[in-house]
Amino acid sequence: METKQLSRVDLIFKPEGKEIELLKKKLNEDGDDFILELIDSGLKGRGGAGFLTGLKWKLAREAKADQKYVICNADEGEPGTFKDREILERVPRKVFTGMALCGHIVGATKGYIYLRAEYKYLAPKLKKCMADLNDEFKKIGLEFTLDIRYGSGAYVCGEETALIESMEGKRGEPRNKPPFPVTEGYLNKPTVVNNVETFVNTMIISEIGFKEYKKLGTDHSRGMKLFSISGDAVKEGIFELELGMSLADFVEEFGDGDTKAVQVGGASGFCVPRKKFKETIIGFEGIPTGGSMKIFNSSRSMYNVLHNYLDFFQEESCGQCTPCRVGCQQLLLGIEAVKRRERPSSYLDELMKLADTMKISAKCGLGQSVGNAFVSIIENFREEIVY
Amino acid sequence: MSNTENFVKELADKHGRKRESLMPILQEVIDARRYLSDETVVNIARELDMSAADVYGTASFYSFIETKEVGQYSIRLCKTIVCDMKGKEAILNAIEETLKIKIGQTTPDRKFSLSTTNCLGWCHKGPAMLINDEVFTELTPGKVIEILENYMNR
Repeated sequence: METKQLSRVDLIFKPEGKEIELLKKKLNEDGDDFILELIDSGLKGRGGAGFLTGLKWKLAREAKADQKYVICNADEGEPGTFKDREILERVPRKVFTGMALCGHIVGATKGYIYLRAEYKYLAPKLKKCMADLNDEFKKIGLEFTLDIRYGSGAYVCGEETALIESMEGKRGEPRNKPPFPVTEGYLNKPTVVNNVETFVNTMIISEIGFKEYKKLGTDHSRGMKLFSISGDAVKEGIFELELGMSLADFVEEFGDGDTKAVQVGGASGFCVPRKKFKETIIGFEGIPTGGSMKIFNSSRSMYNVLHNYLDFFQEESCGQCTPCRVGCQQLLLGIEAVKRRERPSSYLDELMKLADTMKISAKCGLGQSVGNAFVSIIENFREEIVY
Repeated sequence: MSNTENFVKELADKHGRKRESLMPILQEVIDARRYLSDETVVNIARELDMSAADVYGTASFYSFIETKEVGQYSIRLCKTIVCDMKGKEAILNAIEETLKIKIGQTTPDRKFSLSTTNCLGWCHKGPAMLINDEVFTELTPGKVIEILENYMNR
């Protein structure tokens, strides 16, 4: 399989300035052409799920309705992820013009950013930026207005249909899919929900062209990605890297020399132990990530890590479906019981079966992905869980 | 009309009386009054033509919408793994000792409430906490006491 050397890229945080000019150019071009370019670029959603962005826009463009919506998902709640906050702090115009571009392409005149409550301190600056842009859109003849909505402390609202429910004034409980938001989303109208970083990527593609963009990354993981790096790292923070590098290269660059494991993709992602660093590729052909990379050195107890994640999930489960509501609780109680010797270590195998069941029976991505961290930590660090 | 009745009516005039107006209304109640009282729930339900149970059911889903009385300043300390690794426990102890309250409690003068919360998105600068909407990062026990003393004098 193709791997890339670890290499830094500097596209996302490049100074703002050209956005309106780029947008103006796109207004005079055929929207179908840009959709093809977007699909050709291979850009996949940067929130974690990785759906082909061009296809999402195409489906929304094809949907027939009197009103459509564009929503920017800024409900960044995955443990270990903080890149969207940084984007909104440093280059908000790129995000908002990306939303406007999407509006133009799919035929939506209204855009909302759904900002998590924890980032409310950003609101005054974002509102000012949106007001300025609303004027500028008018000036260039684009009918598109931006507005803001807030979360109120619920991780599950990062799931797009839960986010829509929340915007509609309801409990943030994910919907059944299909129908997908591109046909029935906010107020049952066709809606594109994309991550903050995804919108910035669409602006980058419209600036440098899909051919240049495609040169970055691998066949399955095109482009670059912001990584939120934290934990036992020599360098913590946000780094923009080409997709497709091996985890070994990553650890070499960012680890503290004593790295035992890396949690790729946050609490809902996978734990990779040292012996698998070489064979693990960071990207859609290996382990995809919304950007969260947490590094653990040998002083860390993986029992504590797993306990922390399960505590997180059982709090954040919306409680709507039984596999997730009861499953998260039982996984947490289960590892505690094994630790206290109230259950034999073989009980962990029962719990692994439960985690697998949750993967196929839970309603949304939250419940389905609890098993990722659970199984990968138990499989690789079983002795730490038992003793 | 009572104070709360007026207040809720103003919010409904501002945000609308549709179902999708509910979250902005609830959020502004929290901004102004820190928590959602039963009286406010009933008034919102009346303005939006919903059942009070539906308003409460929605509100109580969200961890930042308090439905029990809390202090003027809500302290939310991040307890997710990286902040935990970076010494969250020592920060928690410092807060508890300074304010003489435990997690889930409010000071007798109704000034501070303490809770823990999930990932705030500051892992690279942990431990982190929020006081209402304000963010504090790279906390040390000394630093957190200083911050609290600052708030006590407000």
